[in-house]
Amino acid sequence: MTAGTVPGTVPTWEPVVGLEIHVQLKTRTKMFCRCANGFGGGENTQTCPVCLGFPGALPTVNRRAIEWTIKLGLALDCEIAPQAVFARKNYFYPDLPKGYQISQYDLPSCTNGKVLVPTPDGDHEIGIVRAHLEEDAAKTTHVGGRTGRIGGADYSLVDFNRGGTPLVEIVTGPDVHSSEDARRFLQLLRQTIVELGISDAEMEKGTLRVDANVSVRPEGSSELRTRCELKNMNSFRFVAQGIDAEVARQIAVYESGGEVVQETYDFDAGSGTLTARRSKEEADDYRYFPEPDLVPVEPPAELIERLRAEVPESPARRIRRIEAELDLDRAVVLVTGGLDGLWQETVAAGADRLAAANLIANRLAGVDGSAVDRAELAKLVEARDRIPRAALDEALAKVAEPGFSAAHYLAQEAVSDAAELEPIVTRILDANPGQVAAYKGGKEGLLGFFVGQVMKETGGKANARAVSELVREKLQ
Amino acid sequence: MIDTLRLTAEDALGLLERKEVSGAELHRAYLDAVAERDGELHCYLRTVDGAEGDGVPIALKDVISTKGVETTAGSQILAGYVPVFDATVAARCREAGLPVIGKTNTDEFAMGSSTENSSYGPTHNPWDPERVPGGSGGGTAAAVSAGLAPWGLGSDTGGSIKQPSALCGNVGLRPTYGTVSRFGVVAFASSLDQVGPVARNVRDCARLYSIISGRDPADSTTVDVPPVELPEGESLKGIRIGVPKEMNEAEGIEPGVTAAVQRAIEVAGELGAEVGECELPRSVEYGLACYYLIAPAEASSNLARYDGVRYGLRVDADTYYEMVERTRDAGFGDEPKRRIMLGTYALSAGYYDAYYGQAQKVRTLIAREHAAAFERFDVLVSPTSPTVAFKLGEKAADPLAMYLSDLLTIPSCMAGLPGLNVPCGLSGGLPVGLQLIGPQLSENTLFRTGHALERALGFDPVPERLR
Repeated sequence: MTAGTVPGTVPTWEPVVGLEIHVQLKTRTKMFCRCANGFGGGENTQTCPVCLGFPGALPTVNRRAIEWTIKLGLALDCEIAPQAVFARKNYFYPDLPKGYQISQYDLPSCTNGKVLVPTPDGDHEIGIVRAHLEEDAAKTTHVGGRTGRIGGADYSLVDFNRGGTPLVEIVTGPDVHSSEDARRFLQLLRQTIVELGISDAEMEKGTLRVDANVSVRPEGSSELRTRCELKNMNSFRFVAQGIDAEVARQIAVYESGGEVVQETYDFDAGSGTLTARRSKEEADDYRYFPEPDLVPVEPPAELIERLRAEVPESPARRIRRIEAELDLDRAVVLVTGGLDGLWQETVAAGADRLAAANLIANRLAGVDGSAVDRAELAKLVEARDRIPRAALDEALAKVAEPGFSAAHYLAQEAVSDAAELEPIVTRILDANPGQVAAYKGGKEGLLGFFVGQVMKETGGKANARAVSELVREKLQ
Repeated sequence: MIDTLRLTAEDALGLLERKEVSGAELHRAYLDAVAERDGELHCYLRTVDGAEGDGVPIALKDVISTKGVETTAGSQILAGYVPVFDATVAARCREAGLPVIGKTNTDEFAMGSSTENSSYGPTHNPWDPERVPGGSGGGTAAAVSAGLAPWGLGSDTGGSIKQPSALCGNVGLRPTYGTVSRFGVVAFASSLDQVGPVARNVRDCARLYSIISGRDPADSTTVDVPPVELPEGESLKGIRIGVPKEMNEAEGIEPGVTAAVQRAIEVAGELGAEVGECELPRSVEYGLACYYLIAPAEASSNLARYDGVRYGLRVDADTYYEMVERTRDAGFGDEPKRRIMLGTYALSAGYYDAYYGQAQKVRTLIAREHAAAFERFDVLVSPTSPTVAFKLGEKAADPLAMYLSDLLTIPSCMAGLPGLNVPCGLSGGLPVGLQLIGPQLSENTLFRTGHALERALGFDPVPERLR
């Protein structure tokens, strides 16, 4: 069902979403002990009396984690607390060896920030309510039973290697009003974190985790209705899908005269469905109180200023700056891919803006931009249509290698001579009458298919632009 | 044959230095004494054969983690638990070459004032085995008085060093909060717990304090400590002693206790101290009540780790939550259960501000009230315990009566201040303890005052029945 399908009788519904993002910091050691922090090693090998909660063991604060949290707060335009206090969050679970989690609570390190998300209709401001530091729980594996949860499992295994990893929790205001905004915001946040060098922020590895609090309200209203929490979404795409599914569910509930009940759902990416968690696993009252084993965190002003100076220009600002030279979509792809610096410098080295953007965005995703020789890449951009496709492909695959030179590839000429290409084009068209008919019937997207066939036939040596012109001409 | 009954740590040190006895022989002598007399007293939960170190042997309260030696905190839930690491204080004793005689009895998780709450049976007072040695550190205090250790370590949350020392007739220091590391000490109430020395005289107490105190990177709440001065003189000239009215006239103080304390105060004057009256009205009126909100609140959280998952007792069941419930039900005695319930309630949503939050505010008031008194005085004095040692079973059925044993020790603990118990006489043949309280980090002043009084009062720390 789509929102607002029956004007006059049902309101148009506005999604109201707040996000909670957990980021595992990649400090060398854990949050409150000196155990190595990170993957690797057999189960329960990166442990000590502190992170196993042995009697009498006491936590000590990882200063680096504090500094990184402050740095992230500064990047998110937060106020930095002159005094932050760790508290104990008390509940029983086998992944929590002390019976409480140490977490900043009512006095977190960072509060009251914001992120401006560039969108086609202006910047959408997402408030950052807080960013606080806490310790991660251990990893549990529930074996047997059908639910994969502790209730009904035959037995549970606990790996304490992850227990005590520094974790920053970022909480947004209820300011996200579409799954698309959620995705855009998360991309920006992730890029900010990666650029600060404080986390790899990879959802598939669990170093970045996102929960969403979702409610809906009639468009134009400012009320906050009952929300449901979505967990277990391990990619930005699934976050967006989960939000859409939950928004649709809640609208359906309201439109059939029901009430939304506060619940926690797991999103199953395979089926795209939401499953309510058994509420028994949720503790109601965490009995927070200030952690008496730790003294308050009081960062000196000089430290905060030093950290502020280390924060790079925000991805959002760079997107707006680059958008002026390209367009929003390309700017977003370049910046959130961490490739905008490479693009800028390649343009500075003489490459065409748009061509460089396309080539970098489409062909160099995942490449370490800092390893690329800008001048050589600029040469490739300029020669992109002149040299054979195969040569360009090979060059781009090697462009980040040390000592890469474009000269060898630039020396190769693509075949642009119509006389040489025409027989091949004719042969291809004759061999594919079905596609030719479809193309003529309006399926112009098949152009790429024909060009591809010609490229294959010529071993990638043909000039793609010349081929496509020829094909278009012949099929007119 | 070494007479451990009268041997001070300083005497023992002399014997070792002059090589009249070896460390191993001395350690053996204490183990022999334990074998001979501890059947009756039950000071030790276990002894350590062939312990390392050629220094003066020591007794450690069983809340202190000892690598390779079972540490139970007097609880069944930790039965069989052998730490893989030393508490910082145990490590410091080890580094100082002090061999461990054994682990001493304690009320379960240091919760109690008589050692009757130990799940391994009570300790008996060496002055009268029908009476309690005080608690929670009754094991260490009784061992020191019975000559089963020249000195030992206790831990004090609301009086667990000072009160047993008073009831057993020896010297016990609860140091300034933050001067002695809590790392590896089984936690009861983290913002109050403090390890401290128990000895036969003030100089030994000061010497042991100098070994265990000082900043520890593993305990963020520790601070740098001024160098410890072993007390020498007998004059109290220049010391201003305050006598808080409420703490010396509180309801429930036995006349024999008041008399002995009054006599000590007079002696202090004779030794040159200036003596004057002062007031601590809120500290005495609200101290105990606030303590019984804060300490149980922290305890309810500190004891959550005993869930049967990783160490200690586990009672198996079909589900995780059932296993945790059964383990805790079987493993904890009544007093920890009582305090976990109290504390859980005090921290619950909707009650936090009225109970835990309010108690913390009053705690600040108590600290200020003491600070005001220390503008006029260097040391405050009162009885340590309102009573002398009471009979086993006398208060066991009445938790409130038992809690009142700590009425006079609790306020300074709440304020994080150091307190020293010095024996000041007998009442009905049982020791009476004098409590000396100083401002933060004033341990040297307390040692000086305690030492001078100890000399002048001439108290014999050996129980009459053992002489």
